[in-house]
Amino acid sequence: MKKVFKYCFLDLIRSRWTIVYLLFFVITCGGLLYLSGDSSKVVVSLMNVVILLVPLISMIYGMMYMYQVRDYVEILLAQPISRKSIFGGYVLGLSAALSVSVALGILLPLAFYDFQQVLSAQWLMLTAISVLLTIIFSILASWLVLAHENRLKGFGLGLFIWLLLAVIYDGIFLVLLIAFEGFPMERLALGLTLLNPVDMGRVLLIFQLDYSALMGYTGAVFEKFFGTLSGSLIIGGAYLLWMGVPLALLLRKARLKDF
Amino acid sequence: MIEFKNIHKKFGKQQVLHGIDLKFDQPGIFAILGPNGSGKTTLIKSLMGMVHPTDGEILINGEIKKGNEYRNNIAYLPQIARFPENLSVNEFFDFIENIRGKGQRKEELMTAFGVHDFASKKLRALSGGMRQKVNLVSALMYDTQTIVLDEPTIGLDPVALIALKDWIRNEQAAGKTILLTTHIMDIVQELADEIVFLLDGKVYYRGTQQELLQKTNTPNTEHAIAQLLTLKKAS
Repeated sequence: MKKVFKYCFLDLIRSRWTIVYLLFFVITCGGLLYLSGDSSKVVVSLMNVVILLVPLISMIYGMMYMYQVRDYVEILLAQPISRKSIFGGYVLGLSAALSVSVALGILLPLAFYDFQQVLSAQWLMLTAISVLLTIIFSILASWLVLAHENRLKGFGLGLFIWLLLAVIYDGIFLVLLIAFEGFPMERLALGLTLLNPVDMGRVLLIFQLDYSALMGYTGAVFEKFFGTLSGSLIIGGAYLLWMGVPLALLLRKARLKDF
Repeated sequence: MIEFKNIHKKFGKQQVLHGIDLKFDQPGIFAILGPNGSGKTTLIKSLMGMVHPTDGEILINGEIKKGNEYRNNIAYLPQIARFPENLSVNEFFDFIENIRGKGQRKEELMTAFGVHDFASKKLRALSGGMRQKVNLVSALMYDTQTIVLDEPTIGLDPVALIALKDWIRNEQAAGKTILLTTHIMDIVQELADEIVFLLDGKVYYRGTQQELLQKTNTPNTEHAIAQLLTLKKAS
């Protein structure tokens, strides 16, 4: 797996699209920092960019790359190496290259602006959420590529999953909260948040930025939950499941698939 | 020694292979021929473990094929020459060597196909013919008992084609078992010891070229294959 990872990472890190992705974050983050002059406000602005764009780019770029891999994977399948090593290596390489781009894109301008801030909890949380979303959506993209030979169908499903998790889910969430506003909804809201990695990232960041007071009583329940050890463990577990389940599905598909 | 025993393969509702029984226990060049969709590539891919047969088994040196290690003794040239775009030719060879170990005959093949001239170029910058040369070097650089070539001549210039034919002849003389699929009958006529003709996923004919010419009463392999197809359609 290490060998495949190494060359996949090398291939991707040199791709002009990976460099464009890095530059996009360098320019956005640098531009916001130098224009606003308040790093806390920049974290909030960047949060909105990260929450929507990182899953979208990871999904689309991940699928484009993996469909390209699909074209030449026969050469690797003909070698004395397991399918698990091949596809595990590719998913790792894809996630690592995109994570490096986004993490450097956020942290480099910050380091130039104010190096002390690099180690602040809110910036580290923003970077960690970006990396986690990159990994989750890279795995989902790779799984969709293996599951669908028809590229149009693959991309369609990928975009739908992104739209569902990043946009539609919140709409349904809001409708539920309004429809049942007479009932205690805090636990349901908490549960629904844990079911969506994008929402989980957003809420974690909001609490890191101390904006929870804006969420009223629900905010207090969330804050209590996120502040406890069991809460942190459940969030960690939810993120692990969001990585582990699609990865298991991907490796299963890779094992059974005819190439 | 490679043996296909009663191999069936279905893709969804479409049955591609209908009980293929084939044994390659002698050294030589075996041309696997057949019209498009006859199951040639599926058969070869099932040997390489890329396609899982629905039924039947494949034996390698008398033992049922399992795991990945058996591929150490098979060189496989895929039909489509595509590669990681941002790696150079040399880096791609390093990639394969990192997985499989040093390619004993890499330098020799790179010289034979003139790959040294563009070895430092990125793979995305190569023409179709150059890609096929890279494909040939990466597939043939290991000294294996079995060689599987799926349409090896696509895009090759005359010089490279001569080099490839010479290479195949040398391997034949060295006692290797070579499975070759192609649509170019001149190559078959020039190189093949035996012909396996697949039709609708079944072995329709197997024998030497001489026997085929006698059976069909035709002057060359191209006509003989055309005759086989006509006879099948008529029946």
